[in-house]
Amino acid sequence: MARLGQDLSEYLRAEMMPTVWCPGCGHGIIAQGIATALREIRADLDQVVVVGGIGCSGRTPFYMNTGAMHTTHGRALAFATGLKLARPSLTVIVAMGDGDALAIGGNHFIHAARRNIDLTVVLYNNSIYGMTGGQAAPTTPQGSHSTTTPLGSIEPNFDAVELARAAGASFVARSTTFDFQEMPQLIARAIRHPGFSMVEVLSQCPTYYGRLNHLGEAPEMLLYERDRTRLLEMFGPPPEITREEMVGQLPIGLFVEEVRPEYTQRYSELCAAAGGSYHA
Amino acid sequence: MKLIQGNEAVALGAVAAGCDFYAGYPITPATEIMEQMARLLPARGGVFIQMEDELSAAAAVIGAAWGGARAMTATSGPGFSLMQEHIGYAAITQTPCVFVDSQRGGPSTGLPTLPAQGDVMQARFGSHGDRAAIALTASSVLSAYEMTARAFELSETYRQPVVLLLDAVLSHMRENVELPKVEPAPRPMPAPGTDPEPFGDNPFVPFGAGRRTVVTGLAHDESGLPKTAGGQAQERMLLELQDRLRRDAAEITHYSSHALEGARIVVLAYGITARAAREAVEMLRADGVAAGLLDLQTLWPFPDFLVTEIAQGAQAILVPELNVGQYVIPVTAAVQGRCRVAPLGRADGNLFTPEEIAQAARDLLLAERGGVRRG
Repeated sequence: MARLGQDLSEYLRAEMMPTVWCPGCGHGIIAQGIATALREIRADLDQVVVVGGIGCSGRTPFYMNTGAMHTTHGRALAFATGLKLARPSLTVIVAMGDGDALAIGGNHFIHAARRNIDLTVVLYNNSIYGMTGGQAAPTTPQGSHSTTTPLGSIEPNFDAVELARAAGASFVARSTTFDFQEMPQLIARAIRHPGFSMVEVLSQCPTYYGRLNHLGEAPEMLLYERDRTRLLEMFGPPPEITREEMVGQLPIGLFVEEVRPEYTQRYSELCAAAGGSYHA
Repeated sequence: MKLIQGNEAVALGAVAAGCDFYAGYPITPATEIMEQMARLLPARGGVFIQMEDELSAAAAVIGAAWGGARAMTATSGPGFSLMQEHIGYAAITQTPCVFVDSQRGGPSTGLPTLPAQGDVMQARFGSHGDRAAIALTASSVLSAYEMTARAFELSETYRQPVVLLLDAVLSHMRENVELPKVEPAPRPMPAPGTDPEPFGDNPFVPFGAGRRTVVTGLAHDESGLPKTAGGQAQERMLLELQDRLRRDAAEITHYSSHALEGARIVVLAYGITARAAREAVEMLRADGVAAGLLDLQTLWPFPDFLVTEIAQGAQAILVPELNVGQYVIPVTAAVQGRCRVAPLGRADGNLFTPEEIAQAARDLLLAERGGVRRG
């Protein structure tokens, strides 16, 4: 599906190129993954809105040839919730950064997951705040360095997959920018999923995270991503792997995929019970 | 005729004006608006959602507007503070939507069940940066209904967030009223065959209608794209909107007046305070004092033209308000020394009595005369 040299120009907003992303940044690979997924599902781009927050990931809506909403820091999911409820026929994709989704927007993240509203979150996780110059995020691995943890972070870091799962997300997956073939497939599957879906994509930030932690340039960081993750069964039940076996590695793959009552569907039933007609 | 609560009138006015989306978070003394909407909207096929906080309520309202809804939220001081960033976002993205703030004593948690008018300046300047602002208020259950509907209308006309300021007493009091019929305002549409730019002085076109608009809180021009170097385009669009509001001031400015003709002292009041002010003016006139009342329902944009006119004829203007002197600041600026302006403030959670306002007016006139003699 994703292949080098593919023509995605129909899905990208040429007038906003070049992107703001640094050379070697992984975010372009993720944006390409979203574009590839939109092509895969044959999306009507007039009926797609990509919503972003603030930060490097938040720029994604500008580069997608869809409706685009670049919102406020952390609140993209709250904007997207209102948008989806007001016009449930839209396909709404929310591009969020790790600080965006899990620090300032953590509350909206868990509540959107709890409601199981049909939004697709693509969580760009580069382990750091890139836009503001390399500060620690809730995902910065404990012990690693940033401009606000110059002596090493003493805080345990969030696991977005576990957080989404615990909050009630009905589709939860993780991939990396190294896995550029599989990642768009997961995003496409997440968009098709009728409920709240979250695909976390581990991304490299050579400018800050890589430099401050001596992880090398983008190629070395891609190999670092490969080595610190372990692919579990992609589209099936994950194999039984004990925590001990996973030490030092993050599982990637599809972890939750369950069809549960979706919020706009339930809202439609609520209206019907009250004698109203929701988007008939 | 029916006994209706102020908050209930807001909900009824909103629905009558075509509101089909409400997102909110419970807070005293605004909660009944939300409770009413939770009952009213599903039966009409509209959306009601209780969000996780006021930040998300405001965000959902703006998102819903871009989904084509006529959207609103309601809150009180602490929630209004949290919503400020998104009010600014709605302003820069030219998103029509309505924010109701039922004011209570502040700052912080303050006096949750008691009335205040301490958010008047926040309604104008609460969000960071420069923006034009439209804010209405009401002094009766009937005007709460009418001004809610008007807020929706203005939000459509100017593509801006419109704030309606109430207070704890007006929200909770009941009056026997007959609610007039209100029609939803038409939403301006692009002329057939035209495809105007999505921002600036052009119609609001939500997502899903065949356009792939870029909406951003970054400075942008009429195209919506943030690639414009510097903020010149943003500044120009803001000034154009301000000019338009100035040109339309007579239509935007809602007020009622009483005995202004020949008044030597004018009480300029708004919201719940205007009720006591009206009584005070009656008391003064019964005592032979030439007093008049200006009861403002439109607070922002500031009605310079009205205040300037009053300042030509009156010797003094008294501005009673449930804060320690907020709206008196632009009044003083507009009067430019043409007559004396005096504040009458209180922020203890109590309303003014008519006697207090009348006494302050007498004191002010005495002081004014003294000033003339000394001069």
